[in-house]
Amino acid sequence: MSTDHARTVSQICATYGNDATRLLDICRQVQGTLGCVDDDSIDAIAATLELPRVEVESLVTFYSFLSKQKKGRVVIRLCNDIIDRLLGFDQVLAAFSEELGIEPGQTTADGITLETTACIGMSDQAPAALVNEVPVTELNSDRARLIVRELRRHMDPRRLVTKLGDGNNAHELVRSMVWNNIRRHSSAADDPSGATAGPRLILSPNTRPEAMRKALSISPAEVIRAIKTSRLRGRGGAGFPTGMKWEFTRAAPGTRKVVICNADEGEPGTFKDRVLLTERPDRIFAGMTIAGYAIGANEGILYLRAEYAYLVPYLEMVLRKRREAGLLGPDVLGKGKQCFDIRIQMGAGAYVCGEETALISSCEGRRGDPKNRPPFPAQRGYLGLPTCVNNVETLCAVTKIMEEGPASFCEHGNQQSSGTKLLSVSGDCLRPGIYEVEFGTRLSRVLELAGGEDAIAVQVGGPSGQMVGPDRFDHNICFDDLGTGGSVMLFGPRRNLLEVVHAFLEFFEHESCGYCTPCRVGIVQLRLVLERVMAGRGEPGDLDSMERIGKTMRQASRCGLGQTAANPVLSSLKNLRSVYEALVRPAELGRRRGFDLAAAVHLGEVLAGRQSTHT
Amino acid sequence: MTDKILFTIDGVELAAEPGQTIIEAADAAGIYIPRLCHQPGLNPFGSCRVCTVRCNGRPCSACTQPPAPGMVVENDVPDLQALRAELVEMLFVEGNHFCMFCEKSGRCELQALAYRFGILAPRLDYCWPQREVDMSHPDLLIDHNRCILCARCVRTSQQVDGKNVFQFIGRGTKKRLAVNSRASLAGTDAAAADAAVAACPVGALLKKRVGYAVPMGRRRFDKVPIGSPGDIAPGQEQ
Repeated sequence: MSTDHARTVSQICATYGNDATRLLDICRQVQGTLGCVDDDSIDAIAATLELPRVEVESLVTFYSFLSKQKKGRVVIRLCNDIIDRLLGFDQVLAAFSEELGIEPGQTTADGITLETTACIGMSDQAPAALVNEVPVTELNSDRARLIVRELRRHMDPRRLVTKLGDGNNAHELVRSMVWNNIRRHSSAADDPSGATAGPRLILSPNTRPEAMRKALSISPAEVIRAIKTSRLRGRGGAGFPTGMKWEFTRAAPGTRKVVICNADEGEPGTFKDRVLLTERPDRIFAGMTIAGYAIGANEGILYLRAEYAYLVPYLEMVLRKRREAGLLGPDVLGKGKQCFDIRIQMGAGAYVCGEETALISSCEGRRGDPKNRPPFPAQRGYLGLPTCVNNVETLCAVTKIMEEGPASFCEHGNQQSSGTKLLSVSGDCLRPGIYEVEFGTRLSRVLELAGGEDAIAVQVGGPSGQMVGPDRFDHNICFDDLGTGGSVMLFGPRRNLLEVVHAFLEFFEHESCGYCTPCRVGIVQLRLVLERVMAGRGEPGDLDSMERIGKTMRQASRCGLGQTAANPVLSSLKNLRSVYEALVRPAELGRRRGFDLAAAVHLGEVLAGRQSTHT
Repeated sequence: MTDKILFTIDGVELAAEPGQTIIEAADAAGIYIPRLCHQPGLNPFGSCRVCTVRCNGRPCSACTQPPAPGMVVENDVPDLQALRAELVEMLFVEGNHFCMFCEKSGRCELQALAYRFGILAPRLDYCWPQREVDMSHPDLLIDHNRCILCARCVRTSQQVDGKNVFQFIGRGTKKRLAVNSRASLAGTDAAAADAAVAACPVGALLKKRVGYAVPMGRRRFDKVPIGSPGDIAPGQEQ
């Protein structure tokens, strides 16, 4: 290793105070500076931080955006999410590949790397890619070729953005081509059927400072009571009552506590947090500050997925302005009641970090492995401190509840699910985008709003949610019926649903942390059986096997990822079984249909140098 | 006596010491809960999930879950035994396990559990992964074909030997055991006398030149099945 490199690495470590709990930040920066975290860098980091080198290697090999192999100065990451695949991923990838003269995973001589990546939160403008941190959207093969030619001229991804998106996407600190695609129910253009206007709670015009004033004018216990009265439940998908979570964290012994905002929006097909981070950051940060006041925390962390790095300069500016306005800092609002500040922790490409204990591991500078529970984060979370992790949308709802009071919030939704939900609608429809709907809204109404009434199946809640067929389109979006963290993917009449299920299994296989047996092995087993069925070699018993494996995963997996990773299979088997049944046939002549004689003897034939004939 | 935690496993009443997990309380009471990654004395890990029990109706791993007063734990019930058998089967098809010539045969906990659960041939699909064997160390070898990622060596090295020889790298299906050296096991401070070596429940981490020393019929699990009374918490190999 050159002394230059060693110096670079030690400077980066020093930036973070040689603090091992900031190992993820250090590795991210080494990656950004050197194009890799290679063995030399790993040794240098380990020596500087006095860690075993294998600990550093363990972290580097966990995250998709870190690599031991050197990457080009420019990395193109084309999103391989199912929605992108439906809308031309193959052609775009082929065009990138051909124009660059390399296969995915390779780097050109002039320093451009081509990769594919899991959902980047742009399903409403797919196919999309990240070029370093810059999102490029609505791609086709022509655009892909143009992008490569442009890059070869200047190697500056920012210069790829010529037309800016709407709202704050056009802000000078964002300057992205991304569109918010916030859909209004009643606009003539969006909804020619002229239905009534939808409610606006989360997406109502930007927050006034009242929410925080009101919160700080009452006691923390009263704030928690207000949140409980609102019956607010976590918007990330699990639906745990927010007030109860706060109460547990407040009651946990300790003077140092932490609020974390989970902005690791990784569920394929979800992009509502992208829009909230772009258009309502003040509402998010106000919600975090209110949470901090309620539970007695002085520290806030916004855990932001690496895919949204293009928003960081803007978010840092918003935080700076809030500090200047006294909304964050040693004495929030000058009331002598609260000291609170927020830092941004960047992720590095790992879906599992959306799971709250994995997210905490990641904030601590570790692999994003989920932790054993108990202890729960409310007792011992980030660095062993009582920690409350809330979703972006939940915190926006908190601010709204403090602004308007819990009663007006409860006027929307139903008994089990109060308020509204932001839906990220994508796939085969005329108007993909963000819809704010009341809990209890029928799925068929959502399809109508989005212009996707001809869907043959809808994936509600992303891959970890459920696939439903038309016979369930009259069910309601709410925690106790069709629960969703926000992702609603529509699949039209031409789509092969088993290809969709297969893509979801590949996604989980790529994103499983690999810690526990049922998740690590079960996903692969499900994929192998499904591939047999899709190839027309399945038997009815294979469907039972998939159900059995799926149930084992659901019951025995250690975290939410593994417990839900079989859902694409289990829900489609339950709701759309005929799609499978059309492909399986009983075994004939006592020979298992899945047994491929030609494949089984292939290696033997190669070794023997001759071919046999099979029937 | 007042601070003991009273709960039941399959209707049997137990009194756990505060701080004990369900599996520790069960071991102390002579009740066997199948397990692979759990080893007495090490911090709980909870990766193999073979010790999955139902606590008040909810599945959880007995090695990480502390009992609560009045908790009803189900352990030796058909559906959980079937679930455990499937997990053991998953570990078999995930790696490359050839019991017939593995020198750990007869004293391998994975194999012993397969016998206990009556697994003859897996129903699942073999994955046949390409994995490496690290023979670099003068006294030890790592056969990754047989590693079940239980972290017993990782934890024993850290918590008993006071070293940091092992750790996992990679994610998901690419997750594998690695050593604290750029090259191989020879570059670490691992030694044949390390407790970490004896902690391996399978034939992944082995001492050289002592294989097959015990003849068939006299090997550990030849005599009694794993989890037999008097030997319910095998932990480290004798």
